[in-house]
Amino acid sequence: MTTTAAGVLQFALIVLALAIAYRPVGDYLARVVESPRHLGIEKLLYRVSGIDPNADQRWSAYVRSVLAFSGVAILVVFAVLRLQAYLPYSLGHEGMSPLQALNTAVSFVTNTNWQSYSGEQTLGYGAQMVALAVQNFLSSAVGIAIAVALVRGLVRTHTDRLGNFWVDVTRLTLRVLLPGALVFALVLLIGGVVQNFADTTAVTTLAGGAQAIPGGPVASQEAIKLLGTNGGGFFNANSAHPFENPSGWTNLIEIFLLLVIPFSLTRMFGRMVGDVRQGYAVLAVMVALWTAVTSLTVWAELSHAGPALQLAGGAMEGKEVRFGVPMSAVFASATTGTSSGAVDAMHSSFTAGGGGLLLLNMVLGEVSPGGVGSGLYGVLMVAFVAVFVAGLMVGRTPEYLGKRLRPREMKLVSLYILLTPSLVLAGLGIAMASTVGLSSILNPGPHGLSEVFYAFASASNNNGSAFAGLDADTSFYNVGLAVAMALGRFLPICFVLALAGSLASQGTVQPSAGTLPTHRPQFVLLVIGVILLVAGLTFVPALALGPIAEALS
Amino acid sequence: MNLLLRQAWSGLRLLLAFTVILGVAYPVAVFAVGRFIPAQSDGSYVTDAQGRVVGSALIGQAFEGPEWFQSRPSAAGAGYDSLASGGSNLAADNPDLVSVVAHRKAAVAARDGADPASVPADAVTASGSGLDPDISPEYAMLQVARVAASRALDPARVRALVEEQTQGRLLGFIGEPRVNVLALNLALERAT
Repeated sequence: MTTTAAGVLQFALIVLALAIAYRPVGDYLARVVESPRHLGIEKLLYRVSGIDPNADQRWSAYVRSVLAFSGVAILVVFAVLRLQAYLPYSLGHEGMSPLQALNTAVSFVTNTNWQSYSGEQTLGYGAQMVALAVQNFLSSAVGIAIAVALVRGLVRTHTDRLGNFWVDVTRLTLRVLLPGALVFALVLLIGGVVQNFADTTAVTTLAGGAQAIPGGPVASQEAIKLLGTNGGGFFNANSAHPFENPSGWTNLIEIFLLLVIPFSLTRMFGRMVGDVRQGYAVLAVMVALWTAVTSLTVWAELSHAGPALQLAGGAMEGKEVRFGVPMSAVFASATTGTSSGAVDAMHSSFTAGGGGLLLLNMVLGEVSPGGVGSGLYGVLMVAFVAVFVAGLMVGRTPEYLGKRLRPREMKLVSLYILLTPSLVLAGLGIAMASTVGLSSILNPGPHGLSEVFYAFASASNNNGSAFAGLDADTSFYNVGLAVAMALGRFLPICFVLALAGSLASQGTVQPSAGTLPTHRPQFVLLVIGVILLVAGLTFVPALALGPIAEALS
Repeated sequence: MNLLLRQAWSGLRLLLAFTVILGVAYPVAVFAVGRFIPAQSDGSYVTDAQGRVVGSALIGQAFEGPEWFQSRPSAAGAGYDSLASGGSNLAADNPDLVSVVAHRKAAVAARDGADPASVPADAVTASGSGLDPDISPEYAMLQVARVAASRALDPARVRALVEEQTQGRLLGFIGEPRVNVLALNLALERAT
């Protein structure tokens, strides 16, 4: 069998697995967030935290809870990273430097998982477990909770209540993420991912050399890193490391884990609004973009354009033999499309076209299919723009699922759409205009600009992957990217929740002859068009200076 | 502000409770189950004929000298440094990468007496982890004549070892065909 044919079959297997999981996972998510019952352990958690689980929050209270919970989390993670020397299993590592600890704390709490540190050289098992793995769960649950609140805004009428943030986060963590991570941690364990508390083991190699083999609670962290679209690797090489991703089949499992919740959330959406076709339409947008970016990336990598790769005879720089070129490209597309940031190959050594597509995948706004929760609310924000554009064409007040999009709603949507590109381009501009920004660049020519562009696109969209030649452990990048991550996470959340509150307070408009149906292919194409147009108008100049220039030179 | 502080206090208590569940109980539970398959959860360690641990089946190692099958180039530290995993991150158009690939290609061709055009891509590129335990079957075959000559073995015997150690795709389509270099060299030691 040729590599390409095997790649097509492996991709087909991933699609099949996602299709099988779609309904049960989506329906289960809907049941979890709509159920009136609290589990025993949940009641216990509410009691120790002094939370009233039956309180229904206004949008402003929901925002306050998100910010309070995340703010506290940043402080705690920062403190643990600084003080890790005093934790058990610190392996003799010192505390992280203040700016790097700030960057890492913001990174993990915002579900970005940008890493300016090297796992095996910087962190003990204690800090990995109690600081980072915990945020892998909670930041994912927060993301899904925001999407749920927005859907409630569309469903509910004449109310100012959006649900209870604490209950949403607790349930999503305990009923969805924890069982899922547990099952897949065991699957990965069987595949060879390590799970131990041993210090590094010194061995004499067969040829008589010395090697220090690392250990760690890797399987438990790996499963949630992917399922929650977090992406922060236990080791520096992330999912390219054989202890994180030992074989071809674990690679397929990892790609599946990245995609399963983001896609299935559209089913939850359809169930909650009482019309699964609405979910299918949003799913169609995600699938179309995902398939297009994935196949183009595979094609670009198989072409192995670029002088070094042409000379080598294949795009194997930065890629592992056991995964091969096509599945490394499929992983790369899945991770940049889900705002995950896990990597099983080094994106910086991809072809100009392949690397450029990964960058494009992020600046589309993380909707192909996007991160857990953020993908669903991201695509719904674009859907609002699409009905607005369609409404302008026929001169009617646009409506979506019976909710009117009036000036107040459209202002919030516009702020949402404009914010991330502003952060990316402002960050890129400042970095390129400053010595401290330029001095971190590894590669010469247009690729150097791409490294910085990629860093700010990754941070602002809460992705976390990198063109890792860039030396990001400097004061400038630790602080600059932490600001981009924090603003890129929390401001959009504020806009989404404010919008949800505004939608919930409305009644429902009955559809009329002039209403644009939002479950038909026509609407799907309109949404895709808006996504491409917004990203295109905003980012073509920057892309032209980076990957496009590299591809053409 | 008062409201926000009260929320933060609740959030802190919830976070600490979750830390016990997610940060301690969960990894310990996975560890406990892992005790049923200690080989995998400890790191897939491999022993030689004398029972000495010589490394992990999953972590590549450097082999120097004509008598060994060689691993891929590595960007992890000084090469196969398992505490410094990572790739080169060099771009496809970086002149440094072009020259290093050209240099490796010439070196492999000279070492194994092969046509430079027949040197496969994995032989001249560094992996993403720097710890790639595998090489392509093509790269292993390329090295057969040199290894056999250096060990005064019949090349047909060494070729048979490579074929024996070649792992195909799982179910015929998952993963890529590959040869684990440590396993191959161990088999070679047993045969010598």
